[in-house]
Amino acid sequence: MCTMIVEKTGIEGSGKGTGGWFSVNQVNVSYDHPFHAPYDHALSLDFVNESKGLDARVAVELSPDSAQKLVESILSALEQGKEQNL
Amino acid sequence: MYTTDSYEGMLAETITIQGSNDDFIYAYLARPLGPGPFPGVVLIHHMPGWDEWYREITRKFAHHGYVAISPNLYNRTGHGTPEDVAAKVRADGGIPDDQAVGDIEGGMKYLRSLSFHNGKVGVIGTCSGGRLTFLTACRSEGFDAAADLWGGRVIMTQEELTPNMPVAPIEYTEKLTCPLLGLFGDEDQSPTPAQVDQHESELKKFGKTYEFHRYAGAGHGFFYYDRAMYRQEQAVDGWQKIFGFFEKYLTS
Repeated sequence: MCTMIVEKTGIEGSGKGTGGWFSVNQVNVSYDHPFHAPYDHALSLDFVNESKGLDARVAVELSPDSAQKLVESILSALEQGKEQNL
Repeated sequence: MYTTDSYEGMLAETITIQGSNDDFIYAYLARPLGPGPFPGVVLIHHMPGWDEWYREITRKFAHHGYVAISPNLYNRTGHGTPEDVAAKVRADGGIPDDQAVGDIEGGMKYLRSLSFHNGKVGVIGTCSGGRLTFLTACRSEGFDAAADLWGGRVIMTQEELTPNMPVAPIEYTEKLTCPLLGLFGDEDQSPTPAQVDQHESELKKFGKTYEFHRYAGAGHGFFYYDRAMYRQEQAVDGWQKIFGFFEKYLTS
């Protein structure tokens, strides 16, 4: 690994991978060389459920700026939900 | 260099070798056809995994007259697409250095067991593979030349050490057992030019045989033609440096 920047967090939810929907129980957030995105470094999100095999993975690679926008959008949507008592 | 009227044949396939702890792991072997004898090279794959790029360069070495082997350092993590496996290894903070060195030595021993091998073995790696190239060349006997391509974390602070990587490879420099080629991009952030300077100072301090080349306008991974990092002119020159270096130390 190059940067060794990785955060692992337990989560609850569902992800849609190559085999369809599956329950996800962990997200691995890394800031390192991407597999596909055209940047030297990317913020990568791997939504996984390791008990279902290594291919139970929904992967997204974002530019750092996009990752920041995503964080802000997530927080904004959650705040709006709170206001609506969701 | 081949000519257009010369015969060339190649065998390339997945095999099984014994690595660290005598564990069986897969490796990709590519060799020229014929009795040889051929020089050998062990290829150490990078963080993105035991992937197609590494199969391609394993065959590239065979095309240039080497018996080349690329061990799957992520074999114990599980199997799937190279990216799915590598993503798991990334999440787990990499693989243990001791295990990787044992697997790379396993590749070397396999080459030395072959009847068509000429007795010389080189080792080469990119990115985390470059780091492991240097580490293995310091910790193992049996290699005759090493090529470290932009290996980051050869220099490590105390805070950067982990249970998988408990000792910075630079600490082993005095024990380097073979000539070392290093290729680095001046715009790389791991290793930085200052870290490459530090690496070079250690090699000089211990009187090691080495050759470092630094490329302006290139960062990390500048050989990867399928990524934005690719720098054509620098990569072409880099490959020439590699084959010149290995020819000097592995074919005599």
